[in-house]
Amino acid sequence: MSGQGYQGKKNIPRITSDRLLIKGAKIVNDDQSFCADIYMEDGHIKQIGENLIVPGGVKTIDAHGRMLMPGGIDVHTRFQMPDRGMTSVDDFYQGTRAALAGGTTMIIDHVVPEPGASLLSAFEQWREWADSKSCCDYSLHVDITEWHKGVQEEMEALVKDHGVNSFLVYLAYKDVFQLTDSQVYEVFSVIRDLGAIAQVHAENGDIVAEEQRRILEQGISGPEGHVLSRPEEVEAEAVNRSVTVANQTNCPLYITKVMSKSAADVIAQARKKGTVVYGEPITASLGTDGSHYWSKNWAKAAAFITSPPLSPDPTTPDYLNSLLSCGDLQVTGSAHCTFNTAQRAVGKDDFTLIPEGTNGTEERMSLIWDKCVVTGKMDENQFVAVTSTNAAKIFNLYPRKGRIAVGSDADLVLWDPDVTKIISAKSHNSNQEYNIFEGLEVRGAPLVVISQGKIILEEGSLHTTEGCGRFIGRKPFSDYVYKRIKARSRLAELRGVPRGLYDGPVCEVSVTPKTMTPASSAKTSPAKQAAAGGQPVRNLHQSGFSLSGAQIDDNLPRRNTQRIVAPPGGRANITSLG
Amino acid sequence: MAERKLLPRDNDEGSLLSKLGTDSPKPRVKFGGMFCNVEGAFENKTLNFDSYNSIQTEPRPSGMGLIFVPHCSVSSLCLQADRLIIKGGKVVNDDQSFYADIYVEDGIIKQIGENLIVPGGVKTVDAYGHMVIPGGIDVNTSLQAPQLGMCPADDFYHGTRAALAGGTTMIIDHVVPEPGASLLGAYDQWRDLGDRRSCCDYSLHMDITRWHDGLFEELESLVKDKGVNSFLIFMSYKDKFQSSDSQMYEMFSIIRDLGAIAQVHAENGDIIDEEQKRLLELGITGPEGHVLCHPEEVETEAVYRAITIAKQANCPLYITKVMSKSAADVIAKARKKGMVVYGEPITASLGTDGSHHWSKNWAKAAAFVMSPPINPDPSTPEYLSSLLSCGDLQVTASGNSTFSTAQKAVGKDNFTLIPEGTNGIEERLAVVWEKAVATGKMDENEFVAVTSTNAAKLFNLYPRKGRIAVGSDADIVIWNPKETRTLSATTHTLTVEINIFEGMEVRGAPVVVISQGKIVLEDGKLDVTEGSGRFVPRKAYPDYVYKRIKARSRMADARGVPRGNYDGPVHDVISMTKSVPATPTSRMPQFPGKGPLGPARNLHQSGFTLSGTQIDDHIPRRSAQRIVAPPGGRTNITTLS
Repeated sequence: MSGQGYQGKKNIPRITSDRLLIKGAKIVNDDQSFCADIYMEDGHIKQIGENLIVPGGVKTIDAHGRMLMPGGIDVHTRFQMPDRGMTSVDDFYQGTRAALAGGTTMIIDHVVPEPGASLLSAFEQWREWADSKSCCDYSLHVDITEWHKGVQEEMEALVKDHGVNSFLVYLAYKDVFQLTDSQVYEVFSVIRDLGAIAQVHAENGDIVAEEQRRILEQGISGPEGHVLSRPEEVEAEAVNRSVTVANQTNCPLYITKVMSKSAADVIAQARKKGTVVYGEPITASLGTDGSHYWSKNWAKAAAFITSPPLSPDPTTPDYLNSLLSCGDLQVTGSAHCTFNTAQRAVGKDDFTLIPEGTNGTEERMSLIWDKCVVTGKMDENQFVAVTSTNAAKIFNLYPRKGRIAVGSDADLVLWDPDVTKIISAKSHNSNQEYNIFEGLEVRGAPLVVISQGKIILEEGSLHTTEGCGRFIGRKPFSDYVYKRIKARSRLAELRGVPRGLYDGPVCEVSVTPKTMTPASSAKTSPAKQAAAGGQPVRNLHQSGFSLSGAQIDDNLPRRNTQRIVAPPGGRANITSLG
Repeated sequence: MAERKLLPRDNDEGSLLSKLGTDSPKPRVKFGGMFCNVEGAFENKTLNFDSYNSIQTEPRPSGMGLIFVPHCSVSSLCLQADRLIIKGGKVVNDDQSFYADIYVEDGIIKQIGENLIVPGGVKTVDAYGHMVIPGGIDVNTSLQAPQLGMCPADDFYHGTRAALAGGTTMIIDHVVPEPGASLLGAYDQWRDLGDRRSCCDYSLHMDITRWHDGLFEELESLVKDKGVNSFLIFMSYKDKFQSSDSQMYEMFSIIRDLGAIAQVHAENGDIIDEEQKRLLELGITGPEGHVLCHPEEVETEAVYRAITIAKQANCPLYITKVMSKSAADVIAKARKKGMVVYGEPITASLGTDGSHHWSKNWAKAAAFVMSPPINPDPSTPEYLSSLLSCGDLQVTASGNSTFSTAQKAVGKDNFTLIPEGTNGIEERLAVVWEKAVATGKMDENEFVAVTSTNAAKLFNLYPRKGRIAVGSDADIVIWNPKETRTLSATTHTLTVEINIFEGMEVRGAPVVVISQGKIVLEDGKLDVTEGSGRFVPRKAYPDYVYKRIKARSRMADARGVPRGNYDGPVHDVISMTKSVPATPTSRMPQFPGKGPLGPARNLHQSGFTLSGTQIDDHIPRRSAQRIVAPPGGRTNITTLS
């Protein structure tokens, strides 16, 4: 499996420091911890064990019994994210640098095609940006911002040829990205057939739009309006709805950015009922709360703007950490998407214009260690699971990523559980002026970070190489997710009841009793229709529900098997079982 | 009069014939102010017709019993059995039971107590050993709602007749206007039908089948002038009745402002539509397809969503037809969180399950088709009756809308065309008694609450309806809890060929049913009068519902944070990098009206705009203070306005 997906030019660096020996480490995987030495070469782990026989002159790190874990995988970043002509201040270089500084050795970024633009060209664009700038391995999710037949073909191409196995749909951002339930249903069906994973930005965009209008009308224009217009229930509702649609389509579901207790509860409950659904709390929701939206300092309040918003309930982080520890939530991301204050100030008189996103890629590992492991909610193995292994499994990177094993990529973190640091905008690696965790004291930090077999962080100094990150293609039908889905698909065959033909009297339906105006058939997604250059988005999929009353044809039997010779008058009957 | 059905009338044909042509189009005295019953209840408003007593027949004093109807000739022997005394029964209200006699006059309960002093010659009804309960109120019927152009097999006349036979003395029917048609027009049509055909008092819910701006005035006039205080919104029936979430939010806000109650038909129409397509493609065309494409989660999801929207809009919510366990659970949970939400299981969901959809007999399977479907899980009725007993669900209805087998057969090759609806109007009280009281889940008082009182309170009919008290309407049922019957299509009062409760044995049955002070069921004989039912208007702001809503409205004012103006640097936004459809710029304060045939979704402009005309933004919304010399790039706290 090694060597898969090496994308051309990234193979160049063949420097001598490619060989590395770590001695006396306590190796922590998601299932067990053990003490061993580890030898890596060419970016791969070659040997694990004691008394390894290694070539001479190898650089050796003495771990002194410290924990060595698989590097973190940040499954949700939005580096270099364009928003109305602005670009988020952390591009792929700055962003991945921050990630590496925090112990994360791989990110999965979101490609956001503009509505109307091609998915493939957006994907290429992101590839280009990331290949030239990324300092660590990366992969890409693709967001579905509109829905029509062409999108389906592009999705197929992305899955089959470009190593994308996850697509995000938006239930929010009305009239911009939002899809209707029917569209979501169709997208999910396509995703399941392709073997990919459906991700959902879960907020009810209709309600949010109405609330925004109401709150602006009340004269509330500051950042607190953002959280007031996006109450917790709106998130929980959308999560519930997407779980329902996913159940119907038998599609694996992944909820990005779980920000509130009730949304997490909905996920936990759905999992209890057997739905294949995963929840991703982010650094922000695990580490801080939304009370800062009411800060008198506009710039500070605006820095917390993200969607779904941070819950103002101060007990939320603790609750989400508990659910993360008990397995009800599985993966952590950062949703790192930063804008500086001047950019945010675009919305200084109207909170709906404030660009959204918070930092967190650098802080993610330390914060979870501090909130979960130090407090005793989880052990170090679970820590590895939620920061790395689960993500690798879900997105089909395992065991190349997310595990310390012979043959796996040499993305490793030597973790120091005792060090204490204070998070601050002054010392962080992001370009943003504000850090939403400002002043938070966390225990646990990476001591050494190794990415692709090279030491990136050592003794507090960061040595990153712009553009050395490789794109990691991900195959569809990830075992971890699709085993159950496949079994259910086999079981879910629906069967009709074999009955004789009904041959009693049939009431005549007058033709066109309900005159359906043409408008009503366009009711589902007219916004999109009007929008996307007149592509008739919805009509492609003809409704199966017809009201025109041409029932004369109905007598032509669909299954023209047996007909009763002498039907007994007005009685409904059981006749031959076809 | 010619089209009038001859009733199984045991007394003289002579009087029947003599009345031909006399009382046909009843001039209905519409009583000016709504709901003035109780205050005027103690006046004796009828003429004294003592001399004609002892023959109990129709017609009742029309309107609110204002005056003697002029054209009602003497030979028709009007207004006779208006006086009744019910003796020896156990009076059961929702709060307590006690033994007392009840004296009824002019359709109103005049006295309750022992040893009442009543005029001579009053008919006495013996209720010894029985319970005397307020007549049932069936809050959800669709007796006239056409589907595919077909009217239900049982219309207002047959439906209310069956209702009375089962102990229900008032119904609230749904007005279903054609999408796009005027609500008031549909209302008038239903009123006309109801006034002519109904045999018991009735009231009307209004269904909003397509939302647009112009409907606001109609809603207002319905609430203020027409006595409608509840509106049903469909989350299902895509491309036909379905409303989007934005539309629901707007409607909920308006409904709250009008003091009405939002009802919801809760199913996710989008998913159903997709599932229907899929199933038809799979070749499943029989009635089982109906259940398969309306899975339980789809109902639950919609209930959840409706509750979320109602919470945001602070609007009281009423879920019609709770058919599944999980939907009921969502309601119960929301109530625990303090939501003002009510759930209505129906006779079908309490009495039977959906396994019959798989019946080999097409006609039988089709008879069960309704939406949301009767749940195939056989434990559902038990569960729902438990929730009904513990108060998590509050009201029972029938959802009665019956179609004959020939009508259902329109969908014989495509289940999506089968007209939806089941019977249940007649069986409701007996089914609830059997499932909940006979099994010990609830007592008789709770029985009265869920079959009558709660509905009356919710829809602002209380205490005129739903209670046995002096001044209330004399809609009374004498209930024999011991009688056992078997429900069957051969014995039921409706005209449909199939009864979905066929063969079910129930305990409890009405012995005597009194509607508007007149005996309509006695000794197993039904004696109803077509057109005798009055429209009962309902006022807005029912106390039972709106006390909490009002308090929350006062509390719910969101307040902004007073901050100084931000005067740091502002990033330049290139306008229109994201070419967004035409919608965004106009952030209309009101939802703009519907275009002529307009695409339904664009109506509600997004509050989220990406077009970048931020130059205007400097024109301060709050033009309070500006800093004279802003300190360069620093963000700051300045004046706190």
